[in-house]
Amino acid sequence: MGIGIVLFFGGLALFAPFLAPFNPLATGKDSFHRPDSRYLMGTDDLGRDLFSGVLWGARTSLLVGILAALTSTLIGVVVGALAGYYGGMTDDLLMRITEFFLVIPRFFLVLVIVALFGSSIWNVILVIGILSWPVTARLVRVEFLSIKEKEFIEASRAAGATDLRIILRHILPNATPPIVVSGSLQIARAILLEAGLSFLGLGDPNQMSWGVMLYNAQRFLRHAWWTALFPGIAIFLVVMGFNLVGDGLNDALNPKQKGRDIA
Amino acid sequence: MERKSQSLAQYILRRLVQAVPLILGIVIVNFCLIHLAPGDPIISLVGEFQTSEEYIESVRRQYGLDQPLFVQLFIYMLNVLKGDFGYSFAFKQPVLEVILDRIPATLLLMIVTILFSTVAGVILGVVSSRRQYSKTDNLVTLISLIGYSIPVFWLGQILLIGFSLKVPVFPAQGMQSLRENYTGIAYAIDVLHHLVLPAFALGLSYLAMNTRFTRASMLEVLGQDYVRTARAKGLSERKVIYKHALRNALLPLVTLTGLNFGFLLAGAVLTETVFAWPGLGRLMYDSIYTRDYPVLMGMFIFISAMVIVVNLITDIFYSVLDPRIRVH
Repeated sequence: MGIGIVLFFGGLALFAPFLAPFNPLATGKDSFHRPDSRYLMGTDDLGRDLFSGVLWGARTSLLVGILAALTSTLIGVVVGALAGYYGGMTDDLLMRITEFFLVIPRFFLVLVIVALFGSSIWNVILVIGILSWPVTARLVRVEFLSIKEKEFIEASRAAGATDLRIILRHILPNATPPIVVSGSLQIARAILLEAGLSFLGLGDPNQMSWGVMLYNAQRFLRHAWWTALFPGIAIFLVVMGFNLVGDGLNDALNPKQKGRDIA
Repeated sequence: MERKSQSLAQYILRRLVQAVPLILGIVIVNFCLIHLAPGDPIISLVGEFQTSEEYIESVRRQYGLDQPLFVQLFIYMLNVLKGDFGYSFAFKQPVLEVILDRIPATLLLMIVTILFSTVAGVILGVVSSRRQYSKTDNLVTLISLIGYSIPVFWLGQILLIGFSLKVPVFPAQGMQSLRENYTGIAYAIDVLHHLVLPAFALGLSYLAMNTRFTRASMLEVLGQDYVRTARAKGLSERKVIYKHALRNALLPLVTLTGLNFGFLLAGAVLTETVFAWPGLGRLMYDSIYTRDYPVLMGMFIFISAMVIVVNLITDIFYSVLDPRIRVH
């Protein structure tokens, strides 16, 4: 079911230009038009078609979610692998840094940085990515710690394999399942974070995004409930989709852990 | 490494010492942001306001912007440690005062939310762990999945539309009725009445987390030997669950509350924006709008310090409940 939701929104995002009946940023004379057959989800204060906005918003959300999660996973894997493989001082140092980033209230740091450096979508992706890696790093480190003790690693070392080769070719493939699971959950969190930022007025003004739509809706809740209803349903469904995919993968890949929280 | 048990005082001291570099680190991060941000650092220190030359000159002097960087860092740290987070041009007040004014409202919202969602979460978690994979369990799992995925601010908006605009049961905005002059108990009831919707909106995701955690933790504990022993002794199921299993299952919940404090605070800021709750969230929203950077950065330092302190307190509390943790 999770995969279905994710694919559905992926399709919407890909084909938004063909599916959307209007330009989502184009203003019109029909402001606050109730949902009907012409405007499936109604229009907002500037007469923009919300249905088109929701379709184009899927692009922004998925782009932010996926790219931010990729960035954070990449950093997390590098840090976790180095810490877990080399141990000792490297491990101590990297884990202190990881703990520091884990304690920092991420939402507020992202918010301050985006406020200072500008709220273009690329800034948002980069900042979320750079600040979300600690969970992955810890996870990867634990995997590396246990896998590096296995006999086949010993064997490849005896065969003269370099550290880099052992890390990339022998340990990493075996550590992949939990990384994929956490990546999927990271996407869900990144989408929520982007929506939250946009809702506080830090959305990219040049992109239609669900968070920005809810930010606009906030002023008109009294007159136009539909401006808030539909973009929110979209966020909710996509985030739930990625959460379900993460849970499903976790059950499939680590059957022993079934039902456990993986946080 | 030698394993030795520490006294509570030693443990607290060690944790306090560990918190110092964290707080210094956060101040340094802030300092770096001021200098890395595009444009003159003075913009980050003053905010984007039309101010007089003399004022800008005085801020330059206060932060020693003509000095070498490490001297500036030293001056900046000294300022922050003195509690001087700068001056908000928008509020015509020192940043610290602006923030402190808003703290009580936010704390009230958070404490009520933590209480309600922890109690409800534990109950749901226990109920669903007792009958794993039953209909009740599936329902509870569904609720927590929804709680995990729903954006808090959108839930707030929907609740507001439903329960204060369409069916006006609860007030839509603020913390108290402005037209009435309630005192004493009537005042408390009025505030609680205003709290219901924001606390529920904020609490659902937190409730989901507590439910999931309690369920997993209970399932693990119920398989332990001492639970089997308790059952073998012929204790009633009720006693086994509440006296033996639950107590142990809930211990880690204390730590979880500390770890999630920052997350909850972020949610509180978003929820407050929806309900015009007069706390930190509203302040953050306004400061983003007016580009009042000193307030935003001051809030970041203040909130980080709060998160660190709360983590410290929960860790200490946990070590009182479970002395095993002090074995170093």
